[in-house]
Amino acid sequence: MITERLRSMLRRPGDTLSPGPTVVAPANHSPATTIFDKEIVTSRPSRGLEQFFAYQRGQAGLSILDLAGASQANINFITNLGHRLYSEDFVRTLDDAFGKVDVADPANEGRIDQFLRQTLNFEENQFDGVLVWDVLQYMAPTLLTATLERLRTIVKPQSYLLAYFHSDEKAQQVPFYSFRIKDQQNLQLAQRGLRKPAQIFNNRSLEKLFHKFDSVKFFLTREQLREVIVRR
Amino acid sequence: MSIFNKRQEEVPPAPRPAAPPSNPIEPKKEAPPLSTMPFKTPEPESTRGQASIGKAVKINGQIYSKEDLYVDGDVEGTIELQEHRLTIGPNGKVHSSVKAREVVVLGNIQGNVDASDKLEIRKDARLVGDIKTARIIIEDGAYFKGSIDIVKPEPAKSSGSNAQSRPPQQAMPAAAAANAQGSPVSAEVKR
Repeated sequence: MITERLRSMLRRPGDTLSPGPTVVAPANHSPATTIFDKEIVTSRPSRGLEQFFAYQRGQAGLSILDLAGASQANINFITNLGHRLYSEDFVRTLDDAFGKVDVADPANEGRIDQFLRQTLNFEENQFDGVLVWDVLQYMAPTLLTATLERLRTIVKPQSYLLAYFHSDEKAQQVPFYSFRIKDQQNLQLAQRGLRKPAQIFNNRSLEKLFHKFDSVKFFLTREQLREVIVRR
Repeated sequence: MSIFNKRQEEVPPAPRPAAPPSNPIEPKKEAPPLSTMPFKTPEPESTRGQASIGKAVKINGQIYSKEDLYVDGDVEGTIELQEHRLTIGPNGKVHSSVKAREVVVLGNIQGNVDASDKLEIRKDARLVGDIKTARIIIEDGAYFKGSIDIVKPEPAKSSGSNAQSRPPQQAMPAAAAANAQGSPVSAEVKR
């Protein structure tokens, strides 16, 4: 009892003081994502999603980038708002580029550059919003920094990014989701398997991660998913 | 009709001998019954009303078709089907821009797609390019990379123009159903 209490007391200050993210595994070299035969789908309200689309209320014809790959629900929702949707299956390309079989060095500049040309080859200030979902936590630090730099250039000033991060710092593997928009306040999370995050972030490390952006806003949810709205 | 024709049997009540039909006394027989309709060979299901490009066929060039088209081979160039349906089969690989009323993708397209009515991207299909369509259906498991522009169709001004916008799908004569010969294809075919 005493040792456990002591341990928790010792852990807490460490958490708040830790300046950087907790690196769980070397890069995204986790063993392959397990795809279940039957996907597990849960519905949940999302304050982050609500805020993201509230910022765009009354506007049509915006360009929205969705990094979770194409899904019927997201296409319907976004195009029904009158926006143009750009779709990119970021994690799939990440696996193709840095691989499960041929494990490439995620700090290799050539590879990073090639990966960014494959995934985020867009003009500067092209997008009015990016649905990043949970893809950033599967990227190694060097790759993540380069990706965020690219995201910052392709998004218009004053535009928003919506990202999700698992907040369970002890988790070795976290559920890997396909995010489907039900309506402006609700999401469907279809679990595609488990995946080892490359990094786990707390609020402070997230602030540091997005330090080049204008503002960062957090919403902590029940499922240990931290919703983050970032303004360029 | 000859042996079952009862009108001929009314007159002679006597039992008729089993005479050969070549008997010269016998009145002239009617011609055997034949349909006035020309004989029609049934067509294979796959070619009915649509041209098709088989999986061993590779085409470099432009395809312009006035009937539905099924592509299960390789195409590099452009495909244009005014008011008709294009289906890319599971073995189909298209490196070109595509324009049709309806596009169904089961294989692979690398190029922009303009489907004035509907686009369907089926499970395991792969589409890399920009989409312009009125409706889109994408199944889970399909891969898509690019942009989606939903273009709402203009409301029909009169009933006449509405009828014109949806021609019957099997408008092509059956004789034109052999492999892609109904479509003007400028192409190099390699096997």
